[in-house]
Amino acid sequence: MSLMKNERAIIMSMWEKMAAQAEPIGTETLERLFCSYPQTKTYFPHFDLHHGSQQLRAHGFKIMTAVGDAVKSIDNLSSALTKLSELHAYILRVDPVNFKLLSHCLLVTMAARFPADFTPEVHEAWDKFMSILSSILTEKYR
Amino acid sequence: MARSQDDQWLVLALWKKMGSNVGIYTTEALERTFVAFPSTKTYFPHLDLRPGSSQVKAHAQKVADALTLATQHLDDLPASLSALSDLHAHKLCVDPANFQFFSCCLLVTLARHYPGDFSGEKDACLLGHVSGSCDFCTGLQVMLN
Repeated sequence: MSLMKNERAIIMSMWEKMAAQAEPIGTETLERLFCSYPQTKTYFPHFDLHHGSQQLRAHGFKIMTAVGDAVKSIDNLSSALTKLSELHAYILRVDPVNFKLLSHCLLVTMAARFPADFTPEVHEAWDKFMSILSSILTEKYR
Repeated sequence: MARSQDDQWLVLALWKKMGSNVGIYTTEALERTFVAFPSTKTYFPHLDLRPGSSQVKAHAQKVADALTLATQHLDDLPASLSALSDLHAHKLCVDPANFQFFSCCLLVTLARHYPGDFSGEKDACLLGHVSGSCDFCTGLQVMLN
């Protein structure tokens, strides 16, 4: 699976709109994740997961920063994400299904915040992009 | 999977709010499914699947009617949907993953049209006042799972 040229352009263009709201988008995505899929909270036993929590905002921002870095390295995603991949697969041992759930929650958040921009083509490109990121982050998990 | 009263209330409230738009939004969700998950098209070789196609609209209306039926029987979903379940599983042999694809697209469509209702910023939810649910996304997700 790889991104076509027009898909890359769509992803980068959408990211330019999202970048200024990276922290609120990341935070909302995590809130949706924990609310809709409570089992995902088991990976954050040390966190205060209440709405508005500083830890939630910080982690949401971390996630979106990683997504933004991936957008900037869109032509060479595997090597750009090597460290994160090893962290999630070897040290944190995150079950791969959780990345699908997070990706879905991000898409819903994007649709809610950018209703006019989130066309089926943008949806397709971002779903594919998040699937690729998820594959890279989980490929070392056994 | 048990559905809490709160989940049911959220789904019903959203459906009431959508009113006559259910068919329109389900059509958009189906079009998104075909664009974002092209493998789903293999189940519709006989249909014209281009955006705006009246055949896609007709199928979306069937889906919308089924979802509306489901909202009216949230206490007994397996029974009310058993005929459709048999049709999709045994006759059409639809891989269950495809319902997840459609579910995602429907949630995205509803989030676009009702961004306020899909706010994740409901204090009650995250403070535990509403058990198991905090927004339409959850309620609908539960129903569609």
